[in-house]
Amino acid sequence: MTITIPPKSNKESEGLQPKGFLRYFSFSLDHKVIGIQYLVCGFLFYLVGGALASAIRIELTSPISDFMPRDVYNQVLTLHGTIMIFLWIVPVVNGAFGNYLIPFYVGARDMAFPRLNAVAFWLIPPAGLMLISSYFINGAAQSGWTAYPPLSITTPAAGQIIWILSVLLLGGSSIFGGINFIATILKLRRPGLKLMQLPMYCWAMLGTSILVVLSTPVLAGTLILLSFDIVAHTGFFNPTLGGNVIVYQHLFWFYSHPAVYIMVLPAFGLVSEILPIHSRKPLFGYTTMVYSIMAIVFLGLIVWAHHMFTSGTPPWMRLFFTIATSFIAVPTGIKFFNWVATLWGGKISLNSAILFSCGFIVNFVLGGITGVALAQVPFDIHVHDTYFVVAHFHYIVYGGSVFVIFSSIYHWYPKFTGRMLNEKIGRIHFILTFVGFNLCFAPQHWLGMNGMPRRVAEYDPQFTFVNQLSSFGALLMALSTLPFLWNVIHSSFKGEIAGENPWQALTPEWLTSSPPPVENWLGEAPLVTDPYGYGKKQLQEQFNDLESEKQ
Amino acid sequence: MLKPSAIITLLVSISLAVGGVWIIYNINLLPEAASSNAPVYDELFRVLFVIGVILFVGMFAAVVYSLIEFRRRPGDQEDGLPVKENLPLEIFWTAVPAIVVLFVGLYSYDIYDRMGGMQPLDHQNHGYSVSSSEEKVWGGIGTSSNNSNMDLQMQSLPVEVTAMQFAFLFRYPKGDFISGELHVPVGQTISMRMESNDVIHAFWVPEFRIKQDVIPGQPTILNFTPTKPGRFPIICAELCGPYHGGMRSTVVVEEPEIYQDWFNKNSNTIVS
Ligand code: HEM
Ligand SMILES: [Cu+2]
Ligand SMILES: [Cu+2]
Repeated sequence: MTITIPPKSNKESEGLQPKGFLRYFSFSLDHKVIGIQYLVCGFLFYLVGGALASAIRIELTSPISDFMPRDVYNQVLTLHGTIMIFLWIVPVVNGAFGNYLIPFYVGARDMAFPRLNAVAFWLIPPAGLMLISSYFINGAAQSGWTAYPPLSITTPAAGQIIWILSVLLLGGSSIFGGINFIATILKLRRPGLKLMQLPMYCWAMLGTSILVVLSTPVLAGTLILLSFDIVAHTGFFNPTLGGNVIVYQHLFWFYSHPAVYIMVLPAFGLVSEILPIHSRKPLFGYTTMVYSIMAIVFLGLIVWAHHMFTSGTPPWMRLFFTIATSFIAVPTGIKFFNWVATLWGGKISLNSAILFSCGFIVNFVLGGITGVALAQVPFDIHVHDTYFVVAHFHYIVYGGSVFVIFSSIYHWYPKFTGRMLNEKIGRIHFILTFVGFNLCFAPQHWLGMNGMPRRVAEYDPQFTFVNQLSSFGALLMALSTLPFLWNVIHSSFKGEIAGENPWQALTPEWLTSSPPPVENWLGEAPLVTDPYGYGKKQLQEQFNDLESEKQ
Repeated sequence: MLKPSAIITLLVSISLAVGGVWIIYNINLLPEAASSNAPVYDELFRVLFVIGVILFVGMFAAVVYSLIEFRRRPGDQEDGLPVKENLPLEIFWTAVPAIVVLFVGLYSYDIYDRMGGMQPLDHQNHGYSVSSSEEKVWGGIGTSSNNSNMDLQMQSLPVEVTAMQFAFLFRYPKGDFISGELHVPVGQTISMRMESNDVIHAFWVPEFRIKQDVIPGQPTILNFTPTKPGRFPIICAELCGPYHGGMRSTVVVEEPEIYQDWFNKNSNTIVS
């Protein structure tokens, strides 16, 4: 057994850190400050990505290309995808909540490498600004977030190179974060705390970080080769120089399929924290949850070619990847059944946090079902690269990860700020988002099956009405951010005072003041060996134990 | 014993379930089926759709039911039951999805085989040589094995497809001419050899349920047999540049005589 004493603190550097609001603009080493920096920064980029999405949906209200020039459309689409993935979902579900929560969960006073942590965050704003500014320099990249050559080699080079540079920076940030999480979870655990006693989010972040560390370097290598092809006219992926375009796709998806789990596994972890607290029941099936996460990590590494079923893949490869992909549904399914079992028989408070979490369950189940269908080669051949796929992954990434981010904000905002969010406005936000989301993306399944390819600015006029319906849903989604923004800003001044533990939760971040002091707890870190010990009577005893331990 | 009301409820729910399955099995969400591939595809789609709807409705109902039934009543400060696990239940919901997924996998393999996916691609192309030994030809699907009966199968019609920003060109090697529209006779197996001049494109005909990327530097093969006369869109499905959305063409499926007239009019060689 390894017992590590939690690090005391960075006393010397602390004096150099600005206090109050300004610390969020500083090179702070406090994991909580860094977590909030990730969250707010990610949200600002989300607003940019959302504006770009609105531009796409406006263009698609009519079957002809009339709202913006065609090449601008492709730039908008590329920026939208890249921003949403690399600047919003990945940094927020990993960086924001991971940094804020993981040290609490393992009973440490900070992350293992606080300086690396700050560096990882401060790579993001310049990378993001660089990416967006490429639009004003010479036009942004226009080959989609997948940047398939030879298109990415033949479109204007400046935008593509800036795109590569910023994705490399963001990938680097992600790797630094991953290393930090692995070290923190494995090495900084409070003495007496065993791995199988950790809150589920720790397991999710451990699995995710393994994926990050194994696969992101492959993306980096691939993009560096691609940049050689662009600036030095090498021929790795350039067919006119004897290169092979399919090799790029294998390398790209070797990262980018795991990347979809990098976006969703942490969300699975967050939901596993939120559901038990608000339904006053233990998390159902802890052990199977842990094994499912590890099974997903392993399978996630060997399914990448399901993105390439029409790329000229030989039959044996098509079959292998069909089977491997289909089987991911089994561990994923276990997690969903466990969550429903957690709700079952509980005393559920129908607040915004639980509504967004349940919205996530419903949306993700639909996305998972279409995913298994897409894994079947004969099915995929027809709908690959159509709006059906767009619908699938938005059900996963928006209906899944983004719903969980909102749920988590409703759940942890009291801890972050010491004040509660307004429940009524939260529910309006949920209803608008849920209705808008489904209205926007459900019809896209039909569009894809009936002949509308993805990434187009113009389409067959028979699809006009359904596209307008989808755009109307997008409008509702855009409007839904307004009550949310108002709520978050207004409540930070006027919200009800939350107190230490408004949800009566057992996990360690709630056993300290809101917001917590610099070193997380004034006294020693509490030892929580059963983070899900809810349930009749038992709760009160647990709570008393913890209280007496604190004294 | 069961009460009559319970029996009625049971019967009603069973008939609702059966009726529901029948309805979703017969909803047609796909475009016209115009190739020998398409009915096979639609069969797969229906089966996946039924399984998917049952799973989704089940999960949705479970979540909504829990939220309503187990919501906290005002004044209730108690916790829920401290149930942490239930091994038989967990084994059950591991095994059932595993079996469903296994079934789906085997079934879709069968469908894929019936579409000709497992047949060596150069086999039925005795009309002309597809793969010289040094050339690797990958991907695509073969003819449907429904009509791979050698006696009945007509020799397949070879077409060479070239894709470029932002058009498809169809060369008929037998007549040595190039067309901007793909004309094919109904009921005849077409064997296309496709290559791109610049970036990656994809050849997609929704009514045929087939798609294959057209790749620079690496030819791909796509075989299909149209079964209905008509004009169907050919759509580029891989982002290929600013005019990608406008990169379309038409496949004209005609009765053999009409096709032959069209072919003779365009042909540059003397047809035997
Ligand atoms: C049950 C699990 C899942 C299965 C079986 C599955 C299967 C698939 C398949 C086969 C494709 C390729 C479709 C095509 O391009 O023709 C695909 C695309 C995609 N999936 Fe999933 N998926 C699953 C879960 C997820 C998750 C968890 C995420 C993300 C959080 C995700 C995100 C995506 C994305 C982003 C794409 C499209 C990528 C692109 O082409 O731009 N999927 N999925
Ligand atoms: Cu994937
Ligand atoms: Cu195209």
